[in-house]
Amino acid sequence: MPTHLDNEQSLVAAAQAGDSDAFVALLNHYSRHIYRLGVSITGNHHDAEDVLQEASLKAYTALAEFRGNSRFYTWLVRIAVNVALGKLRKRALWKESSLDEPRESEDGSYIPLEIESWGANPEEACLKSDLQQVLSEVIQKLDPKSRTIFTLRDVEKFSIEETAQLLSLSIPVVKTRLLRSRLKLREELTKYFGKGARNAMPTSHR
Amino acid sequence: MRCRQVIDKISDYLDGELDPELVRELERHLEHCEDCRVVVDTTHKTVEIFYHTEPAALPEDVRGRLNQMFTQKFHKEEPR
Repeated sequence: MPTHLDNEQSLVAAAQAGDSDAFVALLNHYSRHIYRLGVSITGNHHDAEDVLQEASLKAYTALAEFRGNSRFYTWLVRIAVNVALGKLRKRALWKESSLDEPRESEDGSYIPLEIESWGANPEEACLKSDLQQVLSEVIQKLDPKSRTIFTLRDVEKFSIEETAQLLSLSIPVVKTRLLRSRLKLREELTKYFGKGARNAMPTSHR
Repeated sequence: MRCRQVIDKISDYLDGELDPELVRELERHLEHCEDCRVVVDTTHKTVEIFYHTEPAALPEDVRGRLNQMFTQKFHKEEPR
């Protein structure tokens, strides 16, 4: 979650009073987070840009409705998530994404396959830009619903409760998906950072 | 506690939401199970690495189009 702007309350008040520069300042502070959220959920940059533009416009239009009960960022994320989910629904990717995992045991537990400790600290093992590339690639290996949950919880740092609320899902659903997502991503990252790593670099750099 | 139960509880364990008695059981298991230790450790690292990665700057062209959209919108609204 991005840092709170020191003068956020006054910027919001100014924007609500019609100061467009104040609104742009708020938006500039959060836009890269909203864009990353859009990429994570929709899975592509084109839709992410639509999400950023549509969510920004909606926020601007609905600014008077923001009552300050939550952080401005949370309010903006709620709008952006709804826009992004709308795109997934259009592509019929939201409802259909199931919890099917090819490697579940009969009772539904997840069986880890890659059991290998990691070598160097991942942050030291590759350049910052390469690491961002790796992370955005592996996250796309999750189904849309799981990656949306994971992104809100573990990337944007909302609590389990807030994530459940933002997505209108129950807490147990969020928790189950989160566990599976973390385990799946662990396996994917082990391919990069495990001691016998096979893919030291993201695909675009190989 | 068995390996499968450890895996099922990893998320709650890492989030500090596991009952203290279960934490003790889980940690006792980790003491003698190398595989689970590796899975817990690398899952922890996975969560940490995403948690601490800042988003890249907004691509210049995306920022440009966003600004342009609002410039046009504000310009249209100006006469009001």
